[in-house]
Amino acid sequence: MVSLNFYLSLSAMLFTIGVVGVLTRRNAIIVFMSIELMLNSVNLTLVAFSSFLGDATGQMLVFFVITIAAAEAAIGLAIIIALFRNKQTVNIDEINLLKW
Amino acid sequence: MDFNPTDLLHILPIIIVTVTALAILILEITIKRAEPVVFAFSLIGLIAAGVSAISLYPQSGTAFNEMVSIGGFASFFHVAFIVVTILTFLISRQYIERMGIYHSEYYAIILFSLVGMMLIASSLDLLMLFIGIELMSLSFYILAGFMRTRLTSNESALKYFLLGAFATGFLVYGIALVYGASGTTNLASIAEQIDQLFTSTLFWMGVAMLTMGFSFKIAAVPFHMWAPDVYEGAPTTVTAFMSTAGKAAAFAGFLIVVMFSFAGGTEKLQDLFAILAVASMVVGNVIAISQHNLKRMLAYSSIAHAGYMLIGFAAASELGMSGVMFYIVAYGFMNIGAFGVLSMTEYGENKNLTFDEFKGLATRKPFVAALMAIFMFSLSGIPPFAGFFGKYYIFLAAIQEGYTWLAIVGVLASVIGVYYYIRVIIYMYFYDGDVTLEAEPSYIGMTALVLAAFAVLQMGIFPSTVLRLTVGLF
Repeated sequence: MVSLNFYLSLSAMLFTIGVVGVLTRRNAIIVFMSIELMLNSVNLTLVAFSSFLGDATGQMLVFFVITIAAAEAAIGLAIIIALFRNKQTVNIDEINLLKW
Repeated sequence: MDFNPTDLLHILPIIIVTVTALAILILEITIKRAEPVVFAFSLIGLIAAGVSAISLYPQSGTAFNEMVSIGGFASFFHVAFIVVTILTFLISRQYIERMGIYHSEYYAIILFSLVGMMLIASSLDLLMLFIGIELMSLSFYILAGFMRTRLTSNESALKYFLLGAFATGFLVYGIALVYGASGTTNLASIAEQIDQLFTSTLFWMGVAMLTMGFSFKIAAVPFHMWAPDVYEGAPTTVTAFMSTAGKAAAFAGFLIVVMFSFAGGTEKLQDLFAILAVASMVVGNVIAISQHNLKRMLAYSSIAHAGYMLIGFAAASELGMSGVMFYIVAYGFMNIGAFGVLSMTEYGENKNLTFDEFKGLATRKPFVAALMAIFMFSLSGIPPFAGFFGKYYIFLAAIQEGYTWLAIVGVLASVIGVYYYIRVIIYMYFYDGDVTLEAEPSYIGMTALVLAAFAVLQMGIFPSTVLRLTVGLF
């Protein structure tokens, strides 16, 4: 049986990849994908804990996280489209009207 | 796991607001020229929700299998959120019409975010807390970008969305780790085993992640970078709502987790809050000095105010908690008033918002200028206004708990704050200017400002009227 630590390490790694993606990528869509990766790595953590604790709460939480991620995707893509209509770019380095 | 029908009565305020928001969406498509009807209907719904929240205040207990708490703390915040929402609606009416975003969805989305805030304040479970925070934040992302054709609004929505979702990732990872360490998401059950949990590394990692997520939501330094951009780009009335009710809700959630569930945390956690508080106060106040745009200045000042409130978390005492709750309410009134004045002067794309354009406002619009002066004095913490007593209680709590140095830093930071708040008053009263307002302030908007100013004075002269409601809630 695979021990809990492996699952936790895997999800921690995925989470870190997501964080690094958010911080280094410049395309708003890819940044958004990295955020989704973070949320899904959390889901993995929750399911692993749920399974090893023998408690269903964690799996229930996962459903809510998935639902909220879906809502977030709808709103996020709508915002990106609204911006693209006005500016024809999704590069976050060029989205710099507001500073200091 | 039984369903108890009386539970529905215990969350009546939340149900009323939800139904009002859904009904608005239906009214919008069934009635021609629905805006006046929607406006009146939403106000009636909010007042009904407020009355039911007040009537629930004396109760205590839990509902829905210990998912939500009833009365006391929850009702206090329900009423605070509802009052701020009513004021927001009153100042919004004229503004959204002038800015060409006169859609009924504006009211509906604000009400949905209000539902999220109310869920946060009554949550007794990390799951509820998470859903509440997300419902509130998702509504805010939409509201920030509500002026679809304006580039600054788009940009503020995108920045808010990307950073907010990023912070959500940390928050939910923190929830997962705390769940893994404790085996439950119920905050009361976590509180029962808190002494063992304080020895668990997994738990502390979860707490660190949770603190990061919440710090993002309350805009504490070093997680504040989104706040000035979002506050500047969003429609002014939306900024007013986000920076008052939104911040209050994030603080309510933070209070529930730290004070109720973690019993104030250990000394290390208190020191962490002290560091966050100092960083927020210093950075917020110092950068606010160099701002020319009042909206952006108030955004930095809101970072500083988050710092003052975090002092209450560092103190982690009964008085500290009461102080934070008092400050949240006081800050809500004075900030919504200040942004309300800005929403009246603004025209076009962020025009008429700089210091130069506030020159001589007192001679042209003496009443508006006088109200703005009240809000500015209150924000800088000068008696007899509400801001003074908010700071007083928090600093007093810090001194009682041995954080005297923190109170000293807080006072020094407020002195810096006085510079830029009073500057607004000097520009309004001691300079001549010829910038005129595009539109006469509406009576509805002025009513909201007068109500906010009255509340600021009331809380400053008789602070115990609000403070006594915050005592003994946990």
